[in-house]
Amino acid sequence: MGEMKVNLCGITLDNPVIPASGTFGYGYEFAELYDINILGTFSFKGTTKDARFGNPTPRIAECTAGMINAVGLQNPGVDKVIGEELPKLKKCFHKPVMANVSGFAVEDYAYTCGKLDKEEQVGWLEVNVSCPNVHGGGMSFGTNPDAAAEVTRAVKAVTTKPVIVKLSPNVTDIVSIAKACEDAGADGISLINTMLGMRIELKTRKPIIANTMGGFSGPAIFPVALRMVYQVAHAVKIPVVGMGGVSTAEDVIEMMLAGATAVEVGAANLVNPYASKEIVENLPAVMEQYGIKNLSEIIGGVKNG
Amino acid sequence: MGGTPAPDRNMKDTVFKIIENNRIAKNVYRMCLEGDVSAIRNPGEFINIRLEGFYLRRPISVYDVSDTTVTIIYKVVGKGTEAMSRMTVGEELQILTGLGNGYDLSLSGDKPLLIGGGVGVPPMYLLAKRLLAQGKVVRVILGFNTEDEVFGEEEFKAIGCSVTVTTVDGSRGVKGFVTDALPENYTYFYTCGPEPMLKAVYNATDTSGQFSFEERMGCGFGACMGCSCKTITGYKRICKDGPVLKKEEILWEK
Repeated sequence: MGEMKVNLCGITLDNPVIPASGTFGYGYEFAELYDINILGTFSFKGTTKDARFGNPTPRIAECTAGMINAVGLQNPGVDKVIGEELPKLKKCFHKPVMANVSGFAVEDYAYTCGKLDKEEQVGWLEVNVSCPNVHGGGMSFGTNPDAAAEVTRAVKAVTTKPVIVKLSPNVTDIVSIAKACEDAGADGISLINTMLGMRIELKTRKPIIANTMGGFSGPAIFPVALRMVYQVAHAVKIPVVGMGGVSTAEDVIEMMLAGATAVEVGAANLVNPYASKEIVENLPAVMEQYGIKNLSEIIGGVKNG
Repeated sequence: MGGTPAPDRNMKDTVFKIIENNRIAKNVYRMCLEGDVSAIRNPGEFINIRLEGFYLRRPISVYDVSDTTVTIIYKVVGKGTEAMSRMTVGEELQILTGLGNGYDLSLSGDKPLLIGGGVGVPPMYLLAKRLLAQGKVVRVILGFNTEDEVFGEEEFKAIGCSVTVTTVDGSRGVKGFVTDALPENYTYFYTCGPEPMLKAVYNATDTSGQFSFEERMGCGFGACMGCSCKTITGYKRICKDGPVLKKEEILWEK
């Protein structure tokens, strides 16, 4: 069997498969179905300083080969995440976990990351500067290189854990933002968050999503995500975590060829709760099919056309 | 969220075979599926059906369950349910079962009242069977818009319920809404139906009761927070902490 281990910012993953934040809760819903320790790691639900209910419903709209969500960072706040959710997570997952953090001010990010920094099980901080579903925060930090850099510096100042900045695709030049984060000290970049999308209900002529717009995800966005991972991975020296529409082991390999060190699986978990498990289990056969002995060796291995 | 209880049983994702799929009223179909039903426990639970060519699954409430089959009654409301209506006996479906909390039977008292509106009628059937098995006197109100939408009356009567049908246009049974047919002296109520009906039931009833809600869902098993609502006791996910909420915990404003 081929070698699936990869090194993400100094921590070894048994395999590069990582369920993405917001599609895997705190792991325990999925632990009802399978042993989630087969995963490389997972990124838990986006955490903010204070508890948030999020947006009104409907928050979900179906699309061709994908879905739109406008959850709006619903979470119980960092103190309850640490006090109530992480103890439950710990019972079903025994590896370093990725903590996903969002905020509405630079200080919010620093506050939340500072608290999560003290949690032993947190391996990486994934700093979300790309949520399209909240106003006055989230994505607004990720659409401007200076703001993204400022958040990165503030977070790096409060933690010794690797900081991975999660970027939005809803920008003109994602490379400049990735470079700004790298220059500000980011240990890694993850991309892409969802693409801003919209659906209208013909009967009522109203948007299906109560918040009008939301984040589009699913297999439909995979080519866009792959292109952006390719662009960013070739422009920065730090590891890149690729995501966006990944649904199969083949998609994982493709993302890695484009330059991803590890790969997050998002919407696929919601429509097939076994999706991440199946990807991990299918990887060895797909590696063998394409003559891959060691996954680490194919990172960025796309050949010039 | 807000003190979500730890899961007390496991959902299952398995393949079911269609053994019946018939139209029973205007745009309404009954589908019986054979497979592993061991995850289905309570009346008021739902199953989430994967359909070829559609990204999200279709959550449908459980109408009845046997040792080897689960029966659903669904309305064609869009392309997904329309595709379901064209499926034939022998075809297979990937289905997630054991979803939602279901109704709490322990609070029913001796004379529970069951109120179903439209495609809110189906979960009342398994609930009625279970309550009758406990020796309760079960009365049922089934509300529809017009006569051609009516279903279930004979089935509920056959198991021993007293049944009142209401139609908005008066073409069958009592003319008006389910709240125009409320009896005296019921000990508790259970209801499922469109939200305006649930609100009317909330205001017209004088006992406590339980309501089953509907919302657009992402996953159906508590992971995505796509169907959350606010309640007096905190945020709840309709798919996991619901779909059944008790009267005392409901907040109507979104």
